Amino acid sequence: MLTVKDLYASVEEKEILKGINLKVNPGEVHAIMGPNGSGKSTLASIIAGREGYSVTNGSVTFEGKDLLSMSPEDRAREGIFLAFQYPVEIPGISNATFLKTAVNEIRKYKGLEELDAMEFLALIREKMKIVGIDQTLFSRPVNHGFSGGEKKRNEIFQLAVLDPKLAILDETDSGLDIDALKIVANGVNVFKQQSKEKAVIVVTHYQRLLDYIVPDYVHVLYNGRIVKSGTKELALELEERGYDWIKEENNIPASTK
Amino acid sequence: MSTEIKTIEKMANTEYKYGFVTDIEADEAPKGLNEDIIRFISAKKGEPEWMTQWRLKAYRHWLTMKEPSWQNVKYSPIDYQDIVYYSAPKQKKKLNSMEEVDPKLVQTFDKLGIPLEEQKILAGVAVDAVFDSVSVATTYKEKLSELGIIFCSMSEAIKNHPDLVKKYLGSVVPYTDNFFASLNSAVFSDGSFIYIPKGVRCPMELSTYFRINAENTGQFERTLIIADEGAYVSYLEGCTAPMRDTNQLHAAVVELVALDNAQVKYSTVQNWYAGDVNGVGGIYNFVTKRGACRGKSSKISWTQVETGSAITWKYPSCILQGDNSIGEFYSVALTNNMQQADTGTKMIHIGKNTRSTIVSKGISAGRSQNSYRGLVKIGPKAEGARNFSQCDSLLLGDKCGAHTFPYLEVDNPTATVEHEATTSKIGEDQIFYLNQRGIKTEDAVNLIVNGYCKEVFKELPMEFAVEAQRLLSVSLEGSVG
Ligand SMILES: Nc1ncnc2c1ncn2[C@@H]1O[C@H](COP(=O)(O)OP(=O)(O)OP(=O)(O)O)[C@@H](O)[C@H]1O
Ligand SMILES: [Mg+2]
Repeated sequence: MLTVKDLYASVEEKEILKGINLKVNPGEVHAIMGPNGSGKSTLASIIAGREGYSVTNGSVTFEGKDLLSMSPEDRAREGIFLAFQYPVEIPGISNATFLKTAVNEIRKYKGLEELDAMEFLALIREKMKIVGIDQTLFSRPVNHGFSGGEKKRNEIFQLAVLDPKLAILDETDSGLDIDALKIVANGVNVFKQQSKEKAVIVVTHYQRLLDYIVPDYVHVLYNGRIVKSGTKELALELEERGYDWIKEENNIPASTK
Repeated sequence: MSTEIKTIEKMANTEYKYGFVTDIEADEAPKGLNEDIIRFISAKKGEPEWMTQWRLKAYRHWLTMKEPSWQNVKYSPIDYQDIVYYSAPKQKKKLNSMEEVDPKLVQTFDKLGIPLEEQKILAGVAVDAVFDSVSVATTYKEKLSELGIIFCSMSEAIKNHPDLVKKYLGSVVPYTDNFFASLNSAVFSDGSFIYIPKGVRCPMELSTYFRINAENTGQFERTLIIADEGAYVSYLEGCTAPMRDTNQLHAAVVELVALDNAQVKYSTVQNWYAGDVNGVGGIYNFVTKRGACRGKSSKISWTQVETGSAITWKYPSCILQGDNSIGEFYSVALTNNMQQADTGTKMIHIGKNTRSTIVSKGISAGRSQNSYRGLVKIGPKAEGARNFSQCDSLLLGDKCGAHTFPYLEVDNPTATVEHEATTSKIGEDQIFYLNQRGIKTEDAVNLIVNGYCKEVFKELPMEFAVEAQRLLSVSLEGSVG
C-alpha cells in the first residue's frame, strides 16, 4: 500500500531523514517510536505533502502512485489521513462546514455524488457516537478554543467521517486522560474494523496506546533512520530500557545525537 | 461681519489674478480650482443661485483647511490644482459586441457570475431593448412615484425639490465638516437623492444601478437620503464589478436622515480599482458618510464590503439623537497587495436609551495594511445607552498588518459599553491542515474568509451577499500558499 524507499529529506540545508525504508501493506498496523527530534513528524509530513521539505533522494508510493508529485489535497483524496500532532485552530469555519466540504471534495474525487445536508447530518450523527464528541464542539470553529484532548478527539472524529485507507496518527495519545485514550483508541479500532484493507501508522512515545491499538510491527526511528524493527514486544522493551541501548547498538555515543 | 466680507473680497481678488473666464460652452473645465470654476460647474448644471452660493461658501471654508494626516495610510501629496473638477457627462463609447471588451475584464465578470446582459451594460456594449437600463429604470420610477417616493439624481432634486434639498443638504455633514467633505460640497458632481414620505415602506431595494443618469457621477459624488416619519428604505450603493476610473481621488459625501420611527438601511460594495500589485494607479477613496437618527425610535444601518481602492478612508457614522434610536455598522474591509484601508465608524449617542452595534471584520493579505478606527461617544443625556462592538482582524500570511484604534468617550454613568476584539492569522499551517482533508488552497481560503464574514454578509440583501462572497474570493486569488 505505502512504500517508502531510501528517503532522504532536509529542511533549510539540515538533513533530517537519512534513508528511510518502510513498507506498509493493507490491513497492517505499524508503530513508529523514537526519541524527540528523530524525524517522526517529518516523515509523516512528507507523506502528507507539507511544503518546506526538500526530498533529496528516494521515493514514496501509495498504491503504486508516486505520492511526491501529488498535491496534498490529492493525497488526502487518494485516502491518506494524517491526525496532526498539533491540530491547528481555524477561525471562521465551523467544524460542520469544514467537514462537509472535506467529505464532498473526497467524494467528488472518487466520482461519488455529494452528500446533501440531511445525508451529511446522518453520517456525522453516527460517527459522533464513536468518539463521544459533543454536539456543541461541532458547531464551533475548527479546533477553536478546544482543549488539548478535545483537539485530539476531533482528529479521530474526522478520521471516522472521512474514512481514508491509511491513517497516520502523530502522537494522538499525547495529552489525553486515560478515558479519552481509550475512546481515541477505540475510534481507531472501529475505523480499522470497517475493512480488512485499512492500514494504520501510529507514531507514539508510549507503549500504553499500543495495548489498545495492537501493532503488527514496531519501528524505532533514530537520527533520521529506522534503526530497529520488530513486533509489539519491541515496544515493551523500549518502555523498560529506554533508547540508550539502541543508540549504543548503532555506534553512536549515548545521549548525543 | 465687515472683516468677513473683506476677506472674501480679498480672496476673490487673488483668484482673479489667474484671470480667466471659463467658457460656458466648454465640455470640460480647465484644471485647477477657484471661484470661477465653481460658478462654472454650478452654471453648467443649471443650478439656482442659492446652490451656487452654498458651493462658494464651502469652497471658501475649504481654503482655510488643512488636509488631514492622522489616518494610518500613506500616499504622495495630492495636487488639487491638477484635477479637472468638471467634465460634461460623456456618453461612453459604445462597443459593438463583447468581443471588443478587455478579456481580463470579461474574465472577472465571469468569475463574479454577472449575467451576460449586465456585463454588456457595465462594459459599455450596446444592449437590446429587452434589457435597456433606461426602460427598467422608468418602470421602477412609475411604481415609486405612485407611493410619493422621490428617487432621482441630486441635480434633478436641486431643480425639482429645492425645499427638501435646502432643508437637508449639509444638515448631517455640514460643508465645514472636514477637508474632503468641504471640497465635495464645493465641487460635487452628482449623486442620488431619495425621499420616502411619511409611513411609506419602499417596496424594493433602491440602487444606483437603476437610476437614470447614474453613469459619470464622477469623483465627487453626493448622496442624500431622507426617510420621513415611519418610512423605510434600503439602498444599495456600488456593484461588485470592477470599477475602473481614471480619476485618482474620490471624495464622496453621503447623508442619511431618519425621522421618528423611520429606518434607513444603506449597503455598499466598493470595488474601485486598487492599482497593480505595487499599488500603482489605484484610486484614493476618501468618503464622508453619516446618518442622523433624528427621530425617536429611528434606525440607521450601514453595511459595507470594501475590497477595492488603493486607499480607503471612511467612517460611516450614526448620530443617535432621537430617544430609543438605533445605529448599526457592519463592515468587511479586505486589503491585498499594497492596498491600505483606514475605516470604521462613529456612534454618537445623544438621546436616551440609544443603542448601537458595531461588527467590523478586517482581512489583510499580501503586503497590505488594514486599520479599524472607531469612536463610541456617549453624551451626558444618553441615559441607558448601550453599545456593543466587535472588531476582528484576519491576517493572511505574515507580510500584512492589522491595526485597531477603538476610542471610547463615556459621559453618562448609566451607559453600557462592550468591546471585543480578536486577531487571527491564517498561515501555511492552517492551509495545510485543510489541504490534508482534501480541500484545495483556493477553496480553503474562501471557506475561511466567508465563514469569517458571515455576520456581515447576512446583513446584505440576499443577491448582494452572494456576489460579495464571490468578490472576496476573486480579490484574494493567489494571496495565500
Ligand atoms: N521546519 C523546520 N525547520 C527547522 N528544523 C526542523 C523543521 N522541522 C523539523 N525540524 C527539525 O527536524 C528534526 C526532526 O523533527 P520532527 O518533528 O520530525 O521530530 P519528531 O521525531 O517528530 O520529534 P517529537 O517526538 O518531539 O515529536 C528536529 O531536530 C527538528 O527541530
Ligand atoms: Mg513529532
